[in-house]
Amino acid sequence: MTATPYRIIVCDGTSCINKGSRKLTAILREQLDKHGLADRTTIGLSGCLGMCDKGPIMVVNPGYTIYGRLTEADIPEIVEEHLVNNRPVARLVIQEDHLYNRFFRVFGDAKFFGKQMRVTLRNCGIIDPENIDDYLSLRGYEALAKAITEMTPDQVVAEIEKSGLRGRGGAGFPTGRKWRLTANEKATPKYVICNADEGDPGAFMDRSAIEGDPHTIVEGMAIGGYAIGAERGVVYIRAEYPLAIKRIEKAIADARAHGLLGKNILGSNFSFDIEIRLGAGAFVCGEETALIHSIEGARGMPRPRPPYPAAVGLFGKPTLINNVETWANVPVVILDGANWFRTVGTETSKGTKVFALAGKVVNTGLIEVPMGTTLREIIYDVGGGIPFGKRFKAVQTGGPSGGCLPEQYLDTPIDYESLTKAGSIMGSGGMIVIDEDSCMVDVARFFLEFTQDESCGKCTPCREGTKRMLEILVRITEGKGKPGDIENLERLGNMIKKSALCGLGQSAPNPVLSTIKNFREEYEEHIRDKKCRAKACKCLVSYEIGDKCIGCGACKRVCPVGAISGSPKTKHTIDQDKCVRCGLCFNTCKFEAIAKV
Amino acid sequence: MAKTSTKERATPATHEEKLAELKAHMAELQKQENAQSQLISILHKAQSLYGYLPNHVMDEIAQTMGIPTAHIWGVATFYHYFKLTPPGRYEIALCLGTACYVKGAAQILQAVKDELKIDVGGVTEDGVFSLAPARCLGACGLAPVAMIGEKIHGELTPKKVVQILKDYRKQAEKDK
Ligand SMILES: Cc1cc2nc3c(=O)[nH]c(=O)nc-3n(C[C@H](O)[C@H](O)[C@H](O)COP(=O)(O)O)c2cc1C
Ligand code: SF4
Ligand code: SF4
Ligand code: FES
Ligand code: FES
Repeated sequence: MTATPYRIIVCDGTSCINKGSRKLTAILREQLDKHGLADRTTIGLSGCLGMCDKGPIMVVNPGYTIYGRLTEADIPEIVEEHLVNNRPVARLVIQEDHLYNRFFRVFGDAKFFGKQMRVTLRNCGIIDPENIDDYLSLRGYEALAKAITEMTPDQVVAEIEKSGLRGRGGAGFPTGRKWRLTANEKATPKYVICNADEGDPGAFMDRSAIEGDPHTIVEGMAIGGYAIGAERGVVYIRAEYPLAIKRIEKAIADARAHGLLGKNILGSNFSFDIEIRLGAGAFVCGEETALIHSIEGARGMPRPRPPYPAAVGLFGKPTLINNVETWANVPVVILDGANWFRTVGTETSKGTKVFALAGKVVNTGLIEVPMGTTLREIIYDVGGGIPFGKRFKAVQTGGPSGGCLPEQYLDTPIDYESLTKAGSIMGSGGMIVIDEDSCMVDVARFFLEFTQDESCGKCTPCREGTKRMLEILVRITEGKGKPGDIENLERLGNMIKKSALCGLGQSAPNPVLSTIKNFREEYEEHIRDKKCRAKACKCLVSYEIGDKCIGCGACKRVCPVGAISGSPKTKHTIDQDKCVRCGLCFNTCKFEAIAKV
Repeated sequence: MAKTSTKERATPATHEEKLAELKAHMAELQKQENAQSQLISILHKAQSLYGYLPNHVMDEIAQTMGIPTAHIWGVATFYHYFKLTPPGRYEIALCLGTACYVKGAAQILQAVKDELKIDVGGVTEDGVFSLAPARCLGACGLAPVAMIGEKIHGELTPKKVVQILKDYRKQAEKDK
């Protein structure tokens, strides 16, 4: 028997909960009681650890042993072997997972360091997000205390300016400059807003950051309020994120109970409080002027800028609006200083960036890397490369506002300027890896369908222009492309970019233009040869039955147009003239006898 | 401060109880400054109580808040989250986000449509299922993903999703 006090962290992120992590916690408690270990073991819940595909995850400390893919039956074994006999259960330990090699300064071990560096996610997976004491024990709210008691508001703004921090919501506007502009405004009251609308349809950085470490956002916003002279803050968060909402609500309430929000914070003259407003599922509401209209209770329509929210924002007052990840950097800059912060990153882009790495990549999940890390390092070293021996085709960043970069750009370092120069954008952190099975014309169609659907309809270029572009793209993917289509797409795209009112329209053509630039031959093949090399465009593939067919007849039964014939136990055939290419037979055959050609 | 949770437990059963709760919520928000800005929060509350936004409830909100119904209608229709017709017993939120798209969400969507004979936004005749698109459910590692009720189903294939729907239907029949 060992007397080590253990601290066990069970991942309580969305993905792990869905894989049954809460049941595991209950069983763990039972087992600890049974072995009389309850007194010297603490159980903490954490936000997403970034290893969702290997969940449910449980971490045993000391030692930082990470167990994954746990089932209920594994828990008694872990308790008995690891906690009682001090023998970690090797079979369940996740090995070689680059995603966790990164707990900067908390574990600080070079071996575990990998290519990642956790600054804004420093507490995610380490603390229990619903326990303010956990946050306090890792220097939580120290930055706020330092700002209020040792620095003037002007010094706080100056420190942020000096840090070189830039907005993480997509555009990369220098955060310090925005703070300075808002601080200089005379009108009151002023407001501080956290943009947690996270519109990119393939990303979940902000959600995980709030689920894993909500107090960092609260602290960052309070510092912002102090710096610009605001007493009110608003977190605008998507209604689709119930767990994140619950956690930020609790964080605000707990901070209030500890005197870290409310009147005269820490005995100073500074008062600040935060309320939560829910979004309601409109991509355009991530745009700052639309977001402000939405908080005011109206339709989330953008308006032309200037005036910028710094001058005329929420309820017509000066408003400082930053993205979740931008706010999460603030306590770090104040606590460790701009000088330290500037040591991380590149000349123009300081600090780290969080990405939601997904798509055709071995390790999917949330990662954080220093600016300047190359796409190749992210995809191959951190992400573990492309699964099933498939070929890399493109990496998409910036979601519907971004672009697709092919192999020759893999050594592009991640910073605002380099990604823009390569033809994509940094964006808010969506990073989707695409392999040879995806058709780039269809990828462009996918994003345009999204922006078209989300266009608020206020300005004509965006509303009508994206519709025209989408029609052309759909035609091309259906094998009805015409010569001149590519040029028309380019012309329309450039027109919309120049004339749309807000960032949604101005950036909507990007996925199309970047795929034309980098994958023009795929467009040409669709139009000229009526071929889709990825065999993804349904209308451009045909189905053939090969020798593996045992004549089970399943395909014949599902075919909606009766195109398949053959007697039982003999090879079936497809009448290509009748076939409508629905693909049902392909999905039905259990013997892999049907091939796409 | 107002509670903002989207999903409330132990929802009151009768129409009167629901209305009373909604009115209490509105009364509390009316006390705050910029009360009209709380419209979206009120619509969230109404939807969490009723499952959607019935016309008569929007009228009620209009009266209490002193806002024209047309304005409320305009706001409710602008946001995808608000439903103007009753959803099915099991709401299927099929992720059409980028990661799921790359991993074949289109085939899953087709399989669901074929199985239920409804389109996106539709409700099955028996009221058991409704189908809505979702954008990134935050479980990209499990792509393609669908959320049915409050449960996430991941790593879907056309076959798997059809089987899952059959299981739900069986459950619905048992409950009847
Ligand atoms: C169509 C559109 C959608 C946007 N969506 C988001 C979003 O989801 N989250 C976000 O933080 N910023 C989003 N932005 C950027 C915001 O307008 C704003 O620039 C940002 O919140 C400022 O914060 P930052 O300087 O910290 O990046 C979006 C912009 C546009 C044009
Ligand atoms: S389902 Fe497959 S094995 Fe069966 S008849 Fe069709 S092609 Fe042949
Ligand atoms: S794809 Fe559809 S129409 Fe074509 S052969 Fe298969 S089942 Fe028949
Ligand atoms: S939710 Fe547990 S690792 Fe992501
Ligand atoms: S894109 Fe479907 S869960 Fe993220």
